[in-house]
Amino acid sequence: MMSLLDHIQGAAALPEIFLAVAAMALLMFGVFRDKSADIVNIAAIIVLGITVALVLGGAGGRQEAFGGVLVIDTFARFMKVLTLFGSAVAIVLSVNFMKAEKIERFEYPILILLATTGMMIMISANGLIALYMGLELQSLALYVVAAIDRDKAKSSEAGLKYFVLGALSSGMLLYGASLIYGFTGHVGFAEIAQSIKAGEPGLGLTFGLVFLIAGLAFKVSAVPFHMWTPDVYEGAPTPVAAFFAAAPKIAAMALFVRAMLAPFPSILPDWQQILVFISIASMLLGAFAAIGQTNIKRLLAYSSIGHMGYALIGLAAGSPEGVKSVVIYMTIYLIMTLGTFACVLAMRRKDGQVENISDLAGLARTNGLHAFFLAVFMFSLAGIPPLAGFFAKYFIFMAAIKANMITLAVIGVLASVVGAVYYIRIIKLMYFDEPVERFEPMVTEVKAVAVLSGLFVIFFVLFPQPLSALAEAAAASLF
Amino acid sequence: MSGWPILSVVTFLPLVGAAFVLAIRGNDAVALRNMRWAALWTTIVTFVLSLLIWHYFDTANPDFQFVEKLSWLGDTASYHMGVDGISMLFVILTTFLMPICILASWQVDKRLREYLIAFLVLETLMIGVFCALDMVLFYLFFEGGLIPMFLIIGVWGGPRRVYASFKFFLYTLLGSVLMLLAIIAMYWYSGTTDIAVLYKNPNFPAGMQTWLWLAFFASFAVKMPMWPVHTWLPDAHVEAPTAGSVILAAILLKMGGYGFLRFSVPMFPIASDLFAPFVFTLSVVAIVYTSLVAMMQEDMKKLIAYSSVAHMGFVTMGIFTLNRQGIDGALFQMISHGIVSGALFLCVGVVYDRMHTREIKAYGGLVNRMPLYALTFMVFTMANVGLPGTSGFVGEFLTLMGAFQNNTWVAFFATTGVILSAGYALWLYRRVVFGKLEKASLKHITDMTPREALALVPLIVLTIFFGVYPSPILDVFGASVESLMAGVNKSLAAAGAITAAGL
Repeated sequence: MMSLLDHIQGAAALPEIFLAVAAMALLMFGVFRDKSADIVNIAAIIVLGITVALVLGGAGGRQEAFGGVLVIDTFARFMKVLTLFGSAVAIVLSVNFMKAEKIERFEYPILILLATTGMMIMISANGLIALYMGLELQSLALYVVAAIDRDKAKSSEAGLKYFVLGALSSGMLLYGASLIYGFTGHVGFAEIAQSIKAGEPGLGLTFGLVFLIAGLAFKVSAVPFHMWTPDVYEGAPTPVAAFFAAAPKIAAMALFVRAMLAPFPSILPDWQQILVFISIASMLLGAFAAIGQTNIKRLLAYSSIGHMGYALIGLAAGSPEGVKSVVIYMTIYLIMTLGTFACVLAMRRKDGQVENISDLAGLARTNGLHAFFLAVFMFSLAGIPPLAGFFAKYFIFMAAIKANMITLAVIGVLASVVGAVYYIRIIKLMYFDEPVERFEPMVTEVKAVAVLSGLFVIFFVLFPQPLSALAEAAAASLF
Repeated sequence: MSGWPILSVVTFLPLVGAAFVLAIRGNDAVALRNMRWAALWTTIVTFVLSLLIWHYFDTANPDFQFVEKLSWLGDTASYHMGVDGISMLFVILTTFLMPICILASWQVDKRLREYLIAFLVLETLMIGVFCALDMVLFYLFFEGGLIPMFLIIGVWGGPRRVYASFKFFLYTLLGSVLMLLAIIAMYWYSGTTDIAVLYKNPNFPAGMQTWLWLAFFASFAVKMPMWPVHTWLPDAHVEAPTAGSVILAAILLKMGGYGFLRFSVPMFPIASDLFAPFVFTLSVVAIVYTSLVAMMQEDMKKLIAYSSVAHMGFVTMGIFTLNRQGIDGALFQMISHGIVSGALFLCVGVVYDRMHTREIKAYGGLVNRMPLYALTFMVFTMANVGLPGTSGFVGEFLTLMGAFQNNTWVAFFATTGVILSAGYALWLYRRVVFGKLEKASLKHITDMTPREALALVPLIVLTIFFGVYPSPILDVFGASVESLMAGVNKSLAAAGAITAAGL
């Protein structure tokens, strides 16, 4: 086994290989055994845990696999651990919901494992081929996951919509990739970078870059390629939406960072202006469009669009500080999102799941703990200190101002004030309004996710330095 | 006094109290009583400990004292606490008013646990604002205060509480986010967010100072609040519960003035000098215009809120005279206004608790049934007017004296504000307290209870004591203001030299 791995120079990709093999083994197990959903769920979480261990236990420094197709550096390791964590928590959150909605299937955790394999390849992609391969592996699994509740029209609609738009964006990305290949003659990021440095970059390369960014912007759901997000979040079952909001965003953002900084550092101004536009548009749309929403999942979809806008500021800065801020932002965003979705999952009455914001009215008096943690997440998403969400924004703006993008930073902070309107509206409903019918008590694992992420968000202020140092090391590995 | 971190203890002790309140189980009468006492004792102990700060404070030393420094956010920001003459009294003011606020909230029983926790958390954040010596840390405390205050107004407020709480939250947030960007810009320029270090070499180029000054101004002007961004204050005051109004008027507003003195003036002296006429204009408009508005109010709290805006106009005017009297006066006015306006809101709370209305029309002739209340209310009305012998006089007089040296017309128009304040305050007093007791609903109103008197008596004593003998206060900030002035003058002289050389 080891010698085979050495032969194909795949030792560094051991975590990905393990995850893929384990996913297929679990698929076999699931197929040949009845009522296997519970066991597969637990096994999938264990597999993700082992993969984390493999990622962390591998050789340090910068490693390459398959002759430079994949690269494993500190940045990749950090983002992979985040992604694996996000996927594992998404599985945890799904267990009870799937049972209650009677859509419990062993395929769900396996699809998540396969999507996660794709994400890990995305994070490590060191060339256009690996980029596309990872992205498609992830996306195909996600299309199915979105439609997992196949008897509900909304869920099928979400899956189909995601598939059609996703296929379109993959096409654009592929077109961009082929232009880049055509005008530079390379598919590896390092070679592309050298080729651009050596010669005058042509107009065709810029076109390719635009299409590539369009495809990537779709994956991180940034404006103007965001349209699928609210529909998919709303249509897909809530734990699926929680998964969509967390791990794939991390992976796509990591891919975005590497696909910009590794091959195109010398034409920074060319892609910087596109990213500045995307990020401003995302922040503003995320802030304004969310105000009118009545469905909490749609609201969170717009909120995630806005948050991607902020994260893209860090990328647009194109500096080590910028990447550091993206890493911090995504880490904190992941935890806030998982916590928020845990609270949304707990919006359950006797007759089933509810999703309207107005159902939260008076929650502070019917279930104080639930309301408290949701309020913490809302304040944190709004970026109010001393909660973790503030630090996420703080580092982003640090990077923006260092890169002298003052206008962008000012628009960013102003958008965050507009965004605060809808976050505090939820708090208003929970704390100021008269209670409506109470929810069922929170399920243990959902409560655990909400409480643990809530405590992280509250107490992050006491220990911000370790994350900052890790993110700095991760960012340094890209430059 | 370097053995133990007294500032951190005073800052975070209320959080311990909040944990105690949280730990008290049940919602029966005994539990509620325990919660009240736990909160009261916490605030009293905090106050007593904070007096130690005053006791050991070296008034001759203009530098930061009781300094604590721990590494926190790598090389960007540290946990750096300390007080100088400018900030020390605000710490004491905060800790002094908190037990009074808890006493004033004795009647609250709607969601009492959350109420007390919100106040105790707010106390920590307020003290933190005045102790923080790192700009990021300052921002953390400064903005963090929005969360408990938003909840206090929104949950325990009056009928239009939702509107008021949103307005409060969004206005203040909008103001402060720009300050965050300015803080970051200062970090990249100077390589530190440490206030003490920035004081030693406040060398931002003049062009940059202008922008930084404006960004900080956006934040502090809203917090202060200055005309024309004051409109959140009357709404917030009217809807907030009594104790919330007291905190808002007495302490939260002072954060604006404190911010000007801590950041704008010492760090951007050239811009401060440049913008002084602009601030004067806004201040004078605030003094005259909001006094006139106050006169026409029909809601007692709203009237006092507008009078607060007018009084804060004296503070901003005093600060930007950039001379000794002006700044001394502004600081004194802030302390005095903290005591007096807090007390006035408590006075309104006393009758509101009985009648559940704040309409001036609903009252009249209270002196007949509430002589003690009439006396108390009179003392604070007079202090609000700025009658010599009360603390209100000293601050106004000094700021006017400072303004006079700078610009006679500013002083002239500001002085009309003193007359107007006499107008609205005395008229309010006449309509509420004097006259015949004609309204049937007032026939059985009772005078102040011992608990209410207990909350107000210390305030009366201080109002008169500091009015007659202001030097304990003036002495505390004397050295710090002196050194602040020296720094500003040095910078201005240097800038003047450059301009002269350029010509």
